[in-house]
Amino acid sequence: MSTLVQGETGQWEVVIGMEVHAQVIEESKLFSGASTKFGAEPNTQVSLVDAAMPGMLPVLNERAVEQAVKTGLGLNSQINKHSVFARKNYFYPDLPQGYQISQYDQPIVGKGKIEIDLKDGQTKEIGITRLHLEQDAGKSVHDQHPSKSYVDLNRSGCALMEIVSEPDIRGAEEATAYLSKLRMILRYLGTCDGNMEEGSMRADVNVSVRKPGDNLGTRAEIKNVNSVKAVQMAVEYEVARQIALIEGGGKVVQETRLWDPDKGETRSMRSKEEAHDYRYFPDPDLLPLELSEELIEKVRKTLPELPDQKKHRFVEKFGLSGYDANVLIAEKERADYFEDVAKGRDAKQAANWVINELLGILNKNGIEITDSPVKAAQLGGLIDLITDNTISGKIAKDVFAEMYKTGKDAAAIVEEKGLKQVTDTGAIEKIVDAVIAANPDNVAAYKSGKDKLFGFFVGQVMKETQGKANPAVVNELLKKKLS
Amino acid sequence: MTELTHLTIADALKGLEKKDFTATELTKAHVDAMAAAKSLNAFVTETPELAMRQAAESDKRRAAGKAGPLDGIPLAIKDLFCTKGVRTTASSHMLENFVPTYESTVSANLFRDGAVMLGKTSLDEFAMGSSNTTSYFGNVINPWKSGNGKDLVPGGSSGGSAAIVAARAAMGATGTDTGGSIRQPAAFCGIAGIKPTYGRCSRWGVIAFASSLDQAGVFARTTRDCAILLKSAAGFDPKDSTSANKPVPDYEAALTGNIKGLKVGIPKEYNVEGMPEEIARIWQQGTEWLKDSGAQIVDVSLPHTKYALATYYIIAPAEASSNLARYDGVRYGLREPGNDLREVYENTRAKGFGDEVKRRIMIGTYVLSAGYYDAYYIKAQKVRRLIAEDFTKAFQQCEVLLTPTAPSAAFAIGENQDDPIKMYLNDVFTVPASMAGVPGMSVPAGLNADGLPLGLQIIGRPWEEETVFRVSDVIEQKAAFTALPQTLRKKAA
Repeated sequence: MSTLVQGETGQWEVVIGMEVHAQVIEESKLFSGASTKFGAEPNTQVSLVDAAMPGMLPVLNERAVEQAVKTGLGLNSQINKHSVFARKNYFYPDLPQGYQISQYDQPIVGKGKIEIDLKDGQTKEIGITRLHLEQDAGKSVHDQHPSKSYVDLNRSGCALMEIVSEPDIRGAEEATAYLSKLRMILRYLGTCDGNMEEGSMRADVNVSVRKPGDNLGTRAEIKNVNSVKAVQMAVEYEVARQIALIEGGGKVVQETRLWDPDKGETRSMRSKEEAHDYRYFPDPDLLPLELSEELIEKVRKTLPELPDQKKHRFVEKFGLSGYDANVLIAEKERADYFEDVAKGRDAKQAANWVINELLGILNKNGIEITDSPVKAAQLGGLIDLITDNTISGKIAKDVFAEMYKTGKDAAAIVEEKGLKQVTDTGAIEKIVDAVIAANPDNVAAYKSGKDKLFGFFVGQVMKETQGKANPAVVNELLKKKLS
Repeated sequence: MTELTHLTIADALKGLEKKDFTATELTKAHVDAMAAAKSLNAFVTETPELAMRQAAESDKRRAAGKAGPLDGIPLAIKDLFCTKGVRTTASSHMLENFVPTYESTVSANLFRDGAVMLGKTSLDEFAMGSSNTTSYFGNVINPWKSGNGKDLVPGGSSGGSAAIVAARAAMGATGTDTGGSIRQPAAFCGIAGIKPTYGRCSRWGVIAFASSLDQAGVFARTTRDCAILLKSAAGFDPKDSTSANKPVPDYEAALTGNIKGLKVGIPKEYNVEGMPEEIARIWQQGTEWLKDSGAQIVDVSLPHTKYALATYYIIAPAEASSNLARYDGVRYGLREPGNDLREVYENTRAKGFGDEVKRRIMIGTYVLSAGYYDAYYIKAQKVRRLIAEDFTKAFQQCEVLLTPTAPSAAFAIGENQDDPIKMYLNDVFTVPASMAGVPGMSVPAGLNADGLPLGLQIIGRPWEEETVFRVSDVIEQKAAFTALPQTLRKKAA
């Protein structure tokens, strides 16, 4: 699929690299024991270390380290057994130490790659440059006082993973696919909840354009891109801006730009000249981080099956289409639900029911699959009734609707409402005969070659049996009697 | 009661145990001595009431048979150690009214063992200096006087601690040493002081100057007293990632007086050009004493010594520039208003920090800046490794090194003041051990022609403070240093 963008002077190639900040799922902060729970009263989850009181020292949270290792393994990346925490120095009121403890030239995770899924069913590999651990800053609150700002340090010191991609991304679709896939992997791993609304995942997008085959163009870094939708819009806006700028005789300057979701535009925050000199140097309060092979192996053993592995298994083992497999693996809970339904049953049929019926109504009502009123075992039970010819597929849809409404088992509903399929050939034959007798004109027309009328007869029989007649038996009998 | 203030800690502990006197009496004597020594300006904050309360509690513990190893011993705490409920200033306007809600691990360890706190001693602002003249709260005055009667510096940065122990107004004190801040003032004030191996004492709750160099230690008037104090102060602390998980030995038990066959290295590079004759003489004297006591003297070389000071003045300011960034007027400490955020920062830091602190923040910021980082900071780290290797190699030939502590005796207040480079040279003998993280101790060895004390430095292998103490004790016996500061002699007369 072409990812080129048409401009006035020809086609342009879009080159994107992303830096994603993902808050680590962990009860305590990266260097202190304070809680990381979201939504607490301001400044109630702040230790002496987080407030940078004099003489306070950071102590590394080993569980956060294990989460970073797990993420690195999930991104098919190299785990660096030796890494170093460094101080990134700058002044800001929500940065109490006057520096952020981060990792600079020796991150905990090195090169890796993930596979993204594109709309046309194709996949593409995107390189991961690195992942490093760092502290989050606090939050400045500007709307509480006409002339003063407030600072909430609850988030100060929470563990973040910064995941940097190679500039392998071409265009808005790939950028959103990358972010979605990354989010999916982190959620599968249980290392980040991926909740972009609460800010536990945030993206910076580096965008440049060039004529195909040219050297890399000058890039702009777009900050504050905080949803998948925003990535799409920000990239499209920025690409159009850069192309128009160059084609109008201008030059893209290296700068940091801010995405304004209200105005739908990016605007300049600071130029390269105004960029901070962060004066990185190894944090003397912390020893280099040394990881043992045992620890890495221990973490490796806790890795769940990841989205891509699951997808390939669904396609290969269950014979699902790539599209269906992608829909099912999008959430781990969804895939688990599907597998429960498919266990011992026809997998394609299970997939159809989960995707078309269940997800259809859940999405419509905005309900998570974990809260579905129809449990996996119940949906399985419904499919079983179809398989053993107790009900027809058509009746099954009605039964499903009732299950969704009441939470009852399929068998109970079928029993209660007398929906059991009629397979008694004798009983169906009587009805078939009656229908033929009642429609002599149509019988004549059918026999003279109007094949399409066959459906009419089936419909009439079904109507007479309130849809309960076994369709195969009906077909067989009608064919015999009309020939 | 005067004689109580002249006791050593070891003797005071015996006296308390034998009920010759109470902790309350011992503390009262020191509280009175503090009042008499007021003119030294050694304290930023005196806590006599707290001291008397702690002494009363100590007496109760002892009566109940629950006395700790330091129970009832009145100590001074350098005002760089955060003390719960007692203001802690780092001798800076920035923290003039800062009262911590927490207790530093080292002071907590001392209190756990029963120590009594007399007050918080003055220092060079944020421990940056070698003369205790950069304190926001004024110069500390050395109880020793030069022949012409001029006021002398006590050394620095732990000048208040050293001066007050020398003045017999505290039995011991805590200090911190980043490039010589315990050893040099100990030498200037005629007392003993040890900077243990980096990682031996927790840095938790000690206001940071240069994290990779800062190490807490102790002062007292004898080696034995230093051994007693360090035993209590030291120990692993999980709250300090650079603290060592090693058992603390019984240092006092190491004072056997026996150094027969011990190899003592004399590093030739410490024979610096222009070294005053009196310093060379006392060094020679110390060497003789050790030889007489059966030690084997070995000539060793620490070839990178001449780069130590320059390296130190890159690394220490670099770390300091970052460590002091937290003093921004936002959460605690001084805040000077301004029209916007930038002005608040600028006004606060302009007013809150003194000249020397500003100088070092600027040097540190410069050496970490893009374009200079490799040439200064990275280079300095490489040289630091070479300096550490020098010690490793030297310690293959000997067990301790003997050197002078400082290139001169205490100098007059105001001297060297306008010449930072000359001031920095004070640390020429103490900085290398700091760079290598090895233990170093200063012990008084004699007086110069002007009647001022001179110290000798014993540098040991990492974690071998016991050997350092043993050698220091032998020098102390040989030197039989009994001279009192002139200010105390006058009072006795």
